[in-house]
Amino acid sequence: MARIRLDHIRHAYSPELAKANNYALREVDTVFEDGGAYALLGPSGCGKTTLLNIISGLLSPSEGHVRFDDRDVTLLSPEARNIAQVFQFPVIYDTMTVRENLAFPLKNRKVPKAEIGPRVDDMLRRIGLERKADRKARGLTADEKQKISLGRGLVRSDVAAILFDEPLTVIDPHMKWQLRSELKQLHREFQMTMVYVTHDQTEALTFADKVVVMYAGEVVQIGTPEELFARPQHTFVGYFIGSPGMNVLPCDLDGGDAIVSGERVKLPAGLSAATPKKRVELGIRPEFVSLVPRGEGIPVTVEKVEDIGSEKIVRARLGEHRLSAVVAEDRTIPADADVAFAADRLNLYADSWLVERG
Amino acid sequence: MEKTWNNKAWFFVLPVLLLVAFSAVIPLMTVVNYSVQDSFGNNQFFWYGADWFREVLTSERFHDALLRNLLFSAIILAIEVPLGILVALAMPKKGIWVPVCLVLMALPLLIPWNVVGTIWQVFARTDIGLLGYTVDALGIDYNYVRNTVDAWVTVVVMDVWHWTSLVVLLCYAGLVSIPDAYYQAAKIDGASRWAVFRYIQLPKMGRVLLIAVLLRFMDSFMIYTEPFVVTGGGPGNSTTFLSIDLVKLAIGQFNIGEAAAMSLIYFLIILLLSWVFYTVMTNAGNDKPMTGGGE
Repeated sequence: MARIRLDHIRHAYSPELAKANNYALREVDTVFEDGGAYALLGPSGCGKTTLLNIISGLLSPSEGHVRFDDRDVTLLSPEARNIAQVFQFPVIYDTMTVRENLAFPLKNRKVPKAEIGPRVDDMLRRIGLERKADRKARGLTADEKQKISLGRGLVRSDVAAILFDEPLTVIDPHMKWQLRSELKQLHREFQMTMVYVTHDQTEALTFADKVVVMYAGEVVQIGTPEELFARPQHTFVGYFIGSPGMNVLPCDLDGGDAIVSGERVKLPAGLSAATPKKRVELGIRPEFVSLVPRGEGIPVTVEKVEDIGSEKIVRARLGEHRLSAVVAEDRTIPADADVAFAADRLNLYADSWLVERG
Repeated sequence: MEKTWNNKAWFFVLPVLLLVAFSAVIPLMTVVNYSVQDSFGNNQFFWYGADWFREVLTSERFHDALLRNLLFSAIILAIEVPLGILVALAMPKKGIWVPVCLVLMALPLLIPWNVVGTIWQVFARTDIGLLGYTVDALGIDYNYVRNTVDAWVTVVVMDVWHWTSLVVLLCYAGLVSIPDAYYQAAKIDGASRWAVFRYIQLPKMGRVLLIAVLLRFMDSFMIYTEPFVVTGGGPGNSTTFLSIDLVKLAIGQFNIGEAAAMSLIYFLIILLLSWVFYTVMTNAGNDKPMTGGGE
């Protein structure tokens, strides 16, 4: 088990790309605490898998250092780093039984036979495959195979961290929930550092204590699911997390007010952009936009109402900007309504980054 | 829902039935027809029953040729399959050398059989052939025309040269289809090079290896042209394989009845052995639950 320190990591896939300043990872400088469950979340091509491979040692970064506790492992191979990885597609050794699969990493490390037996039995019990222990691994279902590949990592008592590269991609939807909670359970039992790469926000938010949101080769925010929801550090986080994503409305500032499409929105005290030259935007989650009778708020035009069963999503237009609001299922929605924003939920962004409250 | 029966549908099968009849069934039945008759020329045939079959099966000549053929196929498989796997493992998986290697490997396969025979016939001659002359000059007494062992070595080496590429190409196709994650996982599990081969590469090559073994067995068991061109079946009868013997019997001695019986036996042996190979290799790969029960 280890604390993972990513010290100013930059990576380009070739020297030519580096020269052209085309980095897959622009700069990552962060710490994963020992025993934490982290999720790397971001859209395809944001560099999350690159970062994972740098942590595992399958890739060595163009610049920067990787440290496990105080040991610099930047140039070490995956086996020397003592990490385990679960891949997108389950990797199992076809010709071996489930038991042999789990014993394989121990055998390779010359662990005494007397010790392998009990440890493998223990792992079989923990991942719930005791009854299939002597079956050939290839006949199992995808989720069982994925548990075997996880088990091969967990069975080594000395692993520094377990890395997951979109491990639920090939799992049937109804098994995803179950496997995810089993993963969470195993994390609680083993207290190992786990890093989980995904582009699915539900997976990230349910698995991780801390979610690392990546965008265009950079870490834009590290935070608990709640922090990501309440105070997105970057408009991308607001947009990417939540369904529907945060409303981002370009605005001008005038004293303590923001002006959106000519409408005045009162900002909470202490919230103002430092330099007015920057591009300023107002962020408000659809959950905190409420419909009020005409004349009591900001006038909008309702374009569409999506009824998702538990609540209604109102798609509206505020001047030239689109605006979403989540309202209770039983509300009737007039064609023309006014909206009000919950003042303490307003976020202000300057050049896409959150303006801290003074 | 009620199934509709329409016997006119059988007409759809007619074209393929005709095709198979003319391409396989009718020629085969001609051979069957010959195998139960005797002829003294003039297109006169006499009923001979199963006697040709009895004669072939008990003839020493047939036994010897069969044993030679089995030995030859065994040697060929024992050399070409491991060698093919080794070469495939050594080939580059990406980069500009991939097409170069693939073309080089495919070259021997593109040369007609009798040309291969002629190449080696000349190549191995001690007077003008590069190989024969060199071996002779090294002080090794080598002459494939007179010496049985030399003749065998020449034919085997020629076949290895000609056909190992096929095994290589099949294995290579199997190897490049293995996702990178397998190698990465094996690395993380601390697997040795041997373990990677034994538990990842070999199992993943299983299917193509089955095809390679079947093809190489059938081809080597039916080998005719190359040894015929190089040694003509000699010295003596030492490289007279079944096919060469069959041609001698049918065309040399014009013993059509016996040759037909021998063809059928030959065909059945190949069919039987291929089936055995197939069954053994697919079962070795399959996971049949030992206890039968299970979930």
